[in-house]
Amino acid sequence: MTSVPAILLQTIPQATDYIRILPELILAIFGIAIMLLEPLVNEEKSQKTLGLIAFFGTLAALAGTWYMSKSPGLAFSRFIHVDSFTVFFNYLVIAIAAVVILSSFEYMAVQRIRAGEYYALILFGVVGMSLMCSAVELVLIFIGLEISSISTYILAGFRRNDASSSESSLKYFLLGSFATAFFLYGVALMFGATGSTNIDIIAQKLHSGPVEVLVFLSMALMFVGLGFKVAAAPFHVWTPDVYEGAPAPVVGFMSTAPKAAAFAVLLRVVFAINAPGRFWFLWVAAALSMTLGNIGALVQNNVKRLLAYSSIAHAGYLLVAFAMTTPEDSVTGISAAMFYTAAYAAMNVGAFAVVSHFANAGERYVTLEDYEGLGRTSPLLAATLTVFLLSLIGIPMTGGFFAKFYVFSAALRANLVWLTLIGVVNSAIGAYYYLRIIVVMYMRESRKEVPVTPIPLGLGLALALSILATLYLGILPNRVLQVAQHSAQSLIAPQTASIAQTPPAAANPQQ
Amino acid sequence: MKIDHLSPYILTLVTFAPLVGALLLMLFPRRDRDIRIFSFVVSLLTFILSLHLPVHFHRGQPGFQFEIKTLWISSPEIHYHMAIDGISLWLVVLTTFLTPLCVLISWKSVHDRVKEFFILLLILETALIGVFTSLDLFLFYFFWEATLIPMALLIGVFGHERKVYAAVKFFMYTMIASVFMLAAILWLYAHTGSFDFVVIRDQIARGAVPNFPAAAQWLFLGFFVAFAVKVPLFPFHTWLPDAHVEAPTAGSVLLAGVLLKMGTYGMLRFNLGLFPEQARNNASWIMILALIGIIYGALVAMVQPNMKKLIAYSSVSHLGFVVLGVFSFTQSGLNGAMFVMLAHGISTGGLFMLAGVLHERRHTYEISEFGGLATPMPVYAASYLFIVLASVGLPLLNGFIGEFLVLNGAFQDRPIYGILAATGVIWSACYLLWMFQRVFYGKVTNPVNNSMADLGGFERAAIWPCAVASLAMGVAPILWLGAIDPAVQSALSPVTQIVSKVVGQ
Repeated sequence: MTSVPAILLQTIPQATDYIRILPELILAIFGIAIMLLEPLVNEEKSQKTLGLIAFFGTLAALAGTWYMSKSPGLAFSRFIHVDSFTVFFNYLVIAIAAVVILSSFEYMAVQRIRAGEYYALILFGVVGMSLMCSAVELVLIFIGLEISSISTYILAGFRRNDASSSESSLKYFLLGSFATAFFLYGVALMFGATGSTNIDIIAQKLHSGPVEVLVFLSMALMFVGLGFKVAAAPFHVWTPDVYEGAPAPVVGFMSTAPKAAAFAVLLRVVFAINAPGRFWFLWVAAALSMTLGNIGALVQNNVKRLLAYSSIAHAGYLLVAFAMTTPEDSVTGISAAMFYTAAYAAMNVGAFAVVSHFANAGERYVTLEDYEGLGRTSPLLAATLTVFLLSLIGIPMTGGFFAKFYVFSAALRANLVWLTLIGVVNSAIGAYYYLRIIVVMYMRESRKEVPVTPIPLGLGLALALSILATLYLGILPNRVLQVAQHSAQSLIAPQTASIAQTPPAAANPQQ
Repeated sequence: MKIDHLSPYILTLVTFAPLVGALLLMLFPRRDRDIRIFSFVVSLLTFILSLHLPVHFHRGQPGFQFEIKTLWISSPEIHYHMAIDGISLWLVVLTTFLTPLCVLISWKSVHDRVKEFFILLLILETALIGVFTSLDLFLFYFFWEATLIPMALLIGVFGHERKVYAAVKFFMYTMIASVFMLAAILWLYAHTGSFDFVVIRDQIARGAVPNFPAAAQWLFLGFFVAFAVKVPLFPFHTWLPDAHVEAPTAGSVLLAGVLLKMGTYGMLRFNLGLFPEQARNNASWIMILALIGIIYGALVAMVQPNMKKLIAYSSVSHLGFVVLGVFSFTQSGLNGAMFVMLAHGISTGGLFMLAGVLHERRHTYEISEFGGLATPMPVYAASYLFIVLASVGLPLLNGFIGEFLVLNGAFQDRPIYGILAATGVIWSACYLLWMFQRVFYGKVTNPVNNSMADLGGFERAAIWPCAVASLAMGVAPILWLGAIDPAVQSALSPVTQIVSKVVGQ
């Protein structure tokens, strides 16, 4: 051992390094355990047992995240950076997975899908997302992105007997691979321009000298890749088809968790690097996403498609928070984006949990007509869905309201008057199609027989958690906001110092 | 001065008591009678609690009272800041006064989904009170938007034939208008760093807000459009007749009685309070819109074949008086505007209850269906006449005082406006008395009406308090104006200062 050179000793991982990827480790172990156990358990009971194991896996990972948060810092030769930002998104992504797993028990039984790998894939997907949140190295981010994407491609095709599910999976796979390739190109060009793929080093390089054209190109390509993942216009066209075909709980999962992770990456790329020349990009993408998403949703009759367009619109509201340029604005922007991600996750997961319960075998009941009279046939289910829809509209007392409020207030602080106006007008238009669902549930009588089964325990728990989170974020947002603001500062701290020395001309297109 | 331990908490109690009631109601089994009794008890208790406010209110004092201010969200800095002055005091009491009456009038007319109905009604009450008590702009917007959902659901679920259309129209109109107010609020926060009404008002008055002169007109309009739709001011009034005709009786009562006042209250508090200069500059066209509203509303009311639509258009006309009074910037005009708000809340609330009584018996509001009702329903006819006279503005009843003060104020400001608005009083006598004559006098035209039952116990209990309040307000207006006057005076002072500045130059 004495012959090992000092440089190598530095790279040998320490115990703390492993603690800093503890959630990922736990999730991976549980995922593998599920795969191994699957042939061993009784086929009839396998679903529930494996699902429970997966659920406990996510709980353990949440505990692991808590443990990890006690030892912040860099790990694995600056590949991983654990700070409050990482911890925030880790909690969020894993919590989403836990709720989705809870709401999947019944769905898998009703749809007669017997496959333990469903839960394993969710866990593996979360490993990838978790890595995306904690990596500060573009190559590792890319690997995380791929792990999460491949899991979701497969998950999207889980209703094997249904052509639309296979279509969804294939479409998602083809377009998704295309998009990740764009991201990889962006990483490669960034390496070409700066000689590094480490976010901190890139940030230093970019702000110590003139910015090459290559960097702009690289940023554009990375933005295409990430824009696809978060379903932002003009890279949103895949969303309605994929969401319509994929199993409903999976849509609840993939419209929130991978998006949250992609937004985390985008936050790092945009703000930690302080990407030059990004302003108009984000401005246009935000305005387009809000407008196209809302207009598209107005004419939808399928609830899953409607929520797909709504998720595009919400990506737009979120991107408003990205269009900040000065460091002070950036801090509010980042914390607004983080808060919005959390609120959006709570309400969207909840809404899809209701949709997946209501859809019944073969996902037969997913159109607006099927929801007619739900307020009478199942008051509880209707009331639950109403809370989520009100939050998506942005009615006070819900997380959705405060999230929107905070994003627009951040935007106005940064003097983005027009973008804010586009945003508020859009949120008024958006109210219409969410209201349509509430209208058919409460104000119309059902014209056909739609069986409504009682809510099972797992789903009930999932719904209760989502509602609590939605209301908590709307009524007592203080705690989460403070965490978000703290994280935002830690994300932006390293480069505010360097900005103070050399203000980059390209980073301030507004002036 | 008596030490009052309840004072810091009374507003919170009054505001959230109905909400607590609604939450408890959710746990109730579906026994309709218990639900009705419980809702009545809750709303009555809220009313009794709210009487604490006028009893302990210091009348000579213009500023805010019963103040409570604690930090709610630390960054962005949002306070749970509630307080009332003479302007909001009576609106709170009006709300708590009308809600138990709404419960009574719905006692027998709501059979289906009773639990949901009363839950929504109580939630609506909390939101309405919150609008009048909050002084933090965020909190205000919070309650402002929170009124939308219960009201839209009350219309859409419990309404009549075209209920869905009316509910969606109501929701979208107000929602779209109020996002402009949201944008204005956010702008103010971005440039003052505060959501607090008092802080922002003082900063604006000191001229300490950057970029304010350039943005002020837009901010004024942002607030104004949200309020104008709510009032509703001509030409934003088209949602109102639909909403009223389709709404259940209790919904109409709260809609006309309180919801519309949110708009005029907002103008008085925010448009005048935050932007006195812009209010002055824009007054001329706003007053013209108000005048059009008064005369047009009255003329359209005259030709309505539907009783509820007639009352709805009469609201457009009456609320025109309020706006006219507010933007006349005279002491008398503002006092009158406040008084019309209260008087209209009670008398129009009463009219809607009376119309609801007919609808419950005959399932129609068509005036032509009725005639000679005074014979089978004498008590009903007498109560109806009393409220109609209050609404028309007969001296010694509440409508007279407010309209007189507004006309006086408008006349001081611009005589021609006063004269034109005065015709509105004549019109209102025409359409209401003509309607009354067609419905009640003469022989019974439709044999079905012969067997109609007179007012029942619950209906009397709901309608007579309105009549009593109308009389009390008409006989002793000073009891109300004593609290209103100082608050109005202080609301007016920034505007008059601007005038004197202009004159001084």
